[in-house]
This record gives sequence, structure tokens and C-alpha cells, in this order.
Amino acid sequence: MTGAPAPEGRRSEALKERYIVDGDDFQAAGSASSAMKKLLRSLGVPPEAIRRAAICMYEGEINMVIHANGGEAEVAFDGETITMTLADSGPGIPDPELALREGWSTATDAIRDLGFGAGMGLPNMKRNSDEMTIDSTAGQGTTITMTVRV
Amino acid sequence: MRRGKAKIISERCIDCGRCVLACPYHAKRAVCDPLSMMERFAYTVALPAPSLYGQFRNLDDIGIVLGGLLEMGFNGVYEVARAAEEMSAHALVKHGIARKGTGYGERTFPANSEIFPLISTACPACVRLICQRFPRLIPHLAPEIAPVELAALAARAEASRKTGLPPGRIGVFFITPCPAKMTAAHFPLGLSEPVLDGAFSMAEIYVKLLPAMKRAAQNGAAFQTAGLTGVGWAVSSGESAALKSMKTIAADEIPNVIAVLEAIEDGKLPEVGFVELNACTQGCVGGCLTVENPYVSKMRIRELMKKLPDTLLSRLRYEEPGTPPTRDLPLEYEPADVLDSDMSAAIEKRRRMEALLDRLPGLDCASCGAPSCHALAEDVVRGYAQEADCVFLTRESMDEGGYLPPPFRPSVSKC
Repeated sequence: MTGAPAPEGRRSEALKERYIVDGDDFQAAGSASSAMKKLLRSLGVPPEAIRRAAICMYEGEINMVIHANGGEAEVAFDGETITMTLADSGPGIPDPELALREGWSTATDAIRDLGFGAGMGLPNMKRNSDEMTIDSTAGQGTTITMTVRV
Repeated sequence: MRRGKAKIISERCIDCGRCVLACPYHAKRAVCDPLSMMERFAYTVALPAPSLYGQFRNLDDIGIVLGGLLEMGFNGVYEVARAAEEMSAHALVKHGIARKGTGYGERTFPANSEIFPLISTACPACVRLICQRFPRLIPHLAPEIAPVELAALAARAEASRKTGLPPGRIGVFFITPCPAKMTAAHFPLGLSEPVLDGAFSMAEIYVKLLPAMKRAAQNGAAFQTAGLTGVGWAVSSGESAALKSMKTIAADEIPNVIAVLEAIEDGKLPEVGFVELNACTQGCVGGCLTVENPYVSKMRIRELMKKLPDTLLSRLRYEEPGTPPTRDLPLEYEPADVLDSDMSAAIEKRRRMEALLDRLPGLDCASCGAPSCHALAEDVVRGYAQEADCVFLTRESMDEGGYLPPPFRPSVSKC
């Protein structure tokens, strides 16, 4: 089920929550960012940091749905930094530099008809995070890690 | 639920009134002002909410309702619908939608402006929801006071002028469809001083108003009443209907309201200029202090609107609507779901909560009194409940202690 916290086996220093992002389910896209917002709010994280993190998570989720048939999202919070890790086993991003350019998109027309695929996802994620790394191998998948400092 | 009674965590209550409607045993009731409060004042003015007009079958003249209120013992009436109309006219001019003498113009709000969409403040339950859960949207809330507050100010000034009495001796009472507006009458959101003296439940007024309306109909006194723009505020999308050339959204019922607010927060609705929110089904006509079913009232309001002119203000002073006062206090973020004011303590509590959640059955059976296992886990770490409230955990611990016989397992024989 999308958005439901997956059971956590072992716990490290930071508080972690995992969400399964269901591929091709536009209705559920956004539920991980919604659940994360709720979590961060319950911990007393300031609204501005929640806003930035939620944009990162939301755009990342949408990307996983559009391009990678879903994946897994994890949020970790240690009291100072929100770390979001989004991992999928989709087609990968051959040229991250190019993908970060505003307006660049490989989304299909069908996706664009739904109002997505404007090429603003990755740039938005970059803009709203303090750090972002893209680890991608063509044909194997992508892992994006973003941090937002509180 | 604790010890058989539904308990409301007051810090988290936004006064939406759903508990009043939901409980089949009517265990929850809204606290309203007693009608005897009127006796404290030399002169009283009733402020009927537009939704009041939807409570009566075959009503074709609002004047009968207003006359009935006078028959009931109020000295004056001032329609909230009239103030609502003024708010609508003001909004049209303010947002450049209507220009002087030109009627409706183009949508002129800057599309990417930070404060758009504007969010209505007419429903205090929704305003409180935003203050608790959507702090980033607080700047989107329209800065003007609510129509009922505008009506109260105007009614008091008018009565004082007419009678020569000091404003303090005039009692201004709202006839409210919901407990949220009841609370807001005494503790207005964003105002340092209440502008109303009290609020009476619509259901309570209704019983006394019916015979009074009969008398008023016989007397046949004529009233100039508000137009359809103001009366329309009684139902969801009535407020936004006035903003003709703007893209608007009208959402009713809390889950829908939350969904729309989430969408705005995620930046998914850049094209929308105005958002109208109502906690109750179909808008104020669905308030828990109304008498009639919301869909029936809605039909009646729409029937009434067919008979009314567009707006009173179009004849009076449409081009120069008075500027409604703005709130004098900022609306502030009131985080109600923070586990602890100290962040590291909150993280620790969340950790405990998740550890407990792993042990709870996840059936959401609600036998413990919490609506879900997640809610019980939260109640436990907040100190509102204990683990033993879960029948499954209790059974487990008793099993471990050897206090219970082994669970009964029927044997299935194969034939």
C-alpha cells in the first residue's frame, strides 16, 4: 500500500520512516510526502523546513511514478537534518546534468496531458534541498538523496 | 473513548461539530448562549445567518423571517447576508475584477503571487484547521473580518444611532448554524475584542420563530432584504459564485477541505484565485445546529435566490463598497499535533510510538477506545492511555504470566 509506513527492522540514531511508492498510481502519488509532513509536524519541525522537504519528496515521488514504475522512499530525521532517500529500479538517468535543466523532460505525451512532465521536478528538488545527490546507473535504477537542514 | 465516554482533546478540537451529528445517542451537544441573555440589554438586534432561510418550507419572502424575529422579542434585525453581500462587492473591487463603472473586468491577480489563492475565512472551523495543520497557508487567509462580524459592527452602530443608546447597552446576537461560529462569537479569531454579545442556536430559535413568523405574516410588514449574492453564502460555492471571473474552488466537509489544502500546499493549484472552505456538508446549511437536512435547505436557498435581485449593493453603492475592517491580531500557527515541545523528546516519543505500533495487532478494532492502533500508540506516549487498554496486548501478557487457560481452539474433524 502506498504511503503506509513499512515496518522498520532495526533502528539507528535517526528516526526513520519508509514509504512504498506505487508505480503508475497518480491518485496515490503524493501520499509519501503527505505522511512525511504529518511526521515532521508531530516532531515540531518548523513549517518552512517542512515545506521545502515536502516539495522535494513530492517531486521525487511523482518522478518515480512517471519514469520508474514506483520505488521506495525513506525519510530520516536526527533533530537537525531531514534526509530523504528515493530509490527505484527504473531506467536510470543517463545525463543528470541535462536532467537538472529546467524544462528538460523525457515524459511521454500521455503524462504531459495529465499535467506532469514539465521538466521542473529535478530543478525544484535541487532548489528546495540543501544537498542533493543523484546516483544513477542506466538500466538499473536511480537513488536520489536530498537533505534539508532544520 | 475513555471509560465509556467520548473524550475531546480540546487543543485539537476545531469546533467542526461532527461529533454532535455523528453520535447516535446524542451524547455530545453544542453549548450555546441562553435566550435569557437578551434581558441584560436595553435593545437587542438579531443577526440571522443566511442558512436560517433554508429551514422553512415554502418560504418565499425573507421579510417574514425578519418580521418573525421582531415578533419573538428582538428590537431589531440585521441580515448577515447583507454584510456578506458587502464583502462580495468589496472582494470584486479589491481584486480588480470589477472596475468602477465597467462591470466585470479581467482577472488581474498576479498568477505567481505568493498569497494566491486567497482562502476564505467565513468558516471558523476551517480557519482553525489551517492554523493547526497548514501554517504555511495562514498568509493566504483573506485579511478581512468575517461577514457576521461586519454585520455586528454595522448593526450596533445603526441601533445606537437610531436609539441614542450607548453601544454597550445594545445586545447583538448571532443566530448560528454551528458551534464553530458560536465559539467565534465569544473568542473571535484574529480580533482582540469580540464584536458580538452572544450567539443563539438556530435549532432553539426555530421552535419559537415558527409561531412568531405566522404572526408576522399576518401583520404583513415589508422589509428590504439582501439579494441573492448574500443569501447564497448559506451554501457551499455561494461565496465564490460572486467572484465571477476568477477560478474558484469550493470544498465542503473536513476530509475534502484537507485534500484541497494539501493540494494548495503542494503547489498543485497555481491557476486558482480563491478558495472557499466549509466544514459542514453543503456549507452552513449542514451545520449541526440547523433543523433541516442540508440538501433540502440547499434546494430552498436556491429557490429563494431565484426570486431575489442579484445584489442590493448594485442599487445602493456597488461602485463604492465600504472597506470591511481587517483583523487586528495576526493568526498564528498553533501546532496541535506536536508530540512534545522539546524536539528530542518528541523524537523519542515517536520512537516509542513506532515500537508500540509494531506490537499492536493493526486491526484498528477500536476496542481500546482509540479509533485506530496508530491513535492508541499516540495516546499511550502522550499519557492519555496505557498499553493494557489493548485487549490483544493484555491477553498476551496474561498468557505469558500463565493467568489464562490456553485459547480455545475448536478441533476440525475431517469426514
